[in-house]
Amino acid sequence: METKTNAPKELSITSKRLTDFFSTVTGLSLFSIEFFKNVFLPPYEFAEVRKHMDELGVKTLPIVSVTGFIIGLVLAMQSQPVMARFGAEAFLPGMVALSVVRELGPVITALIFAGRVSSGIGAELGSMRVTEQIDAMEVSAINPFKFLVVTRVLACTLMLPMLTVYVIFLAIFGGYLAIFLSQNINFVLYLHAVVRSVDFTDLIPGIVKTFFFGFIVGIVGAYKGYNTENGTVGVGQASTSSVVISSLLILLVDMVLVKITIFLWK
Amino acid sequence: MAEVEIKNLSKSFDDLNVLDNISLKINEGENVVVFGRSGTGKSVLLKCIVRLMEPDAGEVLIEGEKVLTLSLKKLNELRKQIGFLFQSAALYDSMSVRENLEFPLIRNFNFLPSEREKKVKEVLEKVSLSDAINKMPAELSGGMKKRIGLARTIITEPKLILYDEPTTGLDPITSKEISQLIVELQKDLNTTSIIVTHDLICAKIIATHAVVLKDGKIRYEGNLDNLTSKDDPFLKDFFSSDIINEKYERN
Repeated sequence: METKTNAPKELSITSKRLTDFFSTVTGLSLFSIEFFKNVFLPPYEFAEVRKHMDELGVKTLPIVSVTGFIIGLVLAMQSQPVMARFGAEAFLPGMVALSVVRELGPVITALIFAGRVSSGIGAELGSMRVTEQIDAMEVSAINPFKFLVVTRVLACTLMLPMLTVYVIFLAIFGGYLAIFLSQNINFVLYLHAVVRSVDFTDLIPGIVKTFFFGFIVGIVGAYKGYNTENGTVGVGQASTSSVVISSLLILLVDMVLVKITIFLWK
Repeated sequence: MAEVEIKNLSKSFDDLNVLDNISLKINEGENVVVFGRSGTGKSVLLKCIVRLMEPDAGEVLIEGEKVLTLSLKKLNELRKQIGFLFQSAALYDSMSVRENLEFPLIRNFNFLPSEREKKVKEVLEKVSLSDAINKMPAELSGGMKKRIGLARTIITEPKLILYDEPTTGLDPITSKEISQLIVELQKDLNTTSIIVTHDLICAKIIATHAVVLKDGKIRYEGNLDNLTSKDDPFLKDFFSSDIINEKYERN
């Protein structure tokens, strides 16, 4: 009896969620098209892009440094006993490097970047929307999309690959430390093993996909913030949903790109 | 100076008719005050005039240009001649007062840095806030924000200025000062102004013409002084305060 009474309500909740999902997908797609329409048109806001690269990218360095180092360290520590069981300890440097270059470095850096940057963009643009700062820009004959959105998305797209390269180096060093502590391995020998096992076919796809991840982080944060409604509550929602959506999209796009990479490079 | 004509303008949100077939003509150099209860569409009217909001029906003409059908490029050319003071002042949080004021000048006009500097100093002097030039918006009080917002609005010397509740949330003295400032600016720059307000003192100081909105329609249009003499219960109730009968001369 109770199920019968609740059924229409549950149906309406499900239908609302589905509508929200499709409206977000459509909105995000149109927003991305708008980005590509604006990015090549003058005026070019180089100074703003540089400012955001510093604010969004350089200031993320401390958190990704710690994360990168720990990933490499823990990965080597966890893998060592397993590799030893198979008598394959010699492959440990290569295994750490390959894991970090191909997958862990790009994805973990992107997720950390999403957590810090996408939510920040969502909250900043959201509060600009609810306090009418975006309207003020528009009414002053200034294109707020170009000034606020294009610059941030570009900054994210350019910064994430650089951060990822940095994280990869730190993770490889973290891996060395773990192996050094247990096996007292020489650093040059370790580096030699790393370089021997990592190829350009490993490095290039790993780095190229971070351009996509950076774009996702920027565009999702900007989309949620730029379209914020419902005052300060909306700002909070924009910030939270930016992280959730961009993290999910990063994982989904990663899955697709890995498949494409395997198909292209095999 | 600019002439504004609104023809059969309608705007609704879901089932709520906020503006219902409104027509209004504002002559060059007039200061029109728009009254009405909260939620009667006064701010929506202002936003429709500059196309920050798209109305459902109707037409807006500024200096004969049909605002609602203009291309974005032409609309932006027109917007360069319009100033808009937002209720919250809408100062850019990430920029200092100087950067806020320079922002429209850098983007839309080709002034030399020295000319920009001169203009910034001039408008700050007009709003009596020369000392605030390097402050951030977060360091300013509500009244100071409104003044800086006003300075940013007038720095481009617009022909038409739209004020969305310019004195709301301010103490009576600051409120009166801002109202007098608006009149001075109107005289200096020779602008046409549309002012949305609940503040009767402000209206008394500024208005050359008044419009009262109720239920999405224009309930009264004419001289501010004749408002209370009308036999309309709504107008009598709305303007029952004695303030309306006090003498506040336009500066």
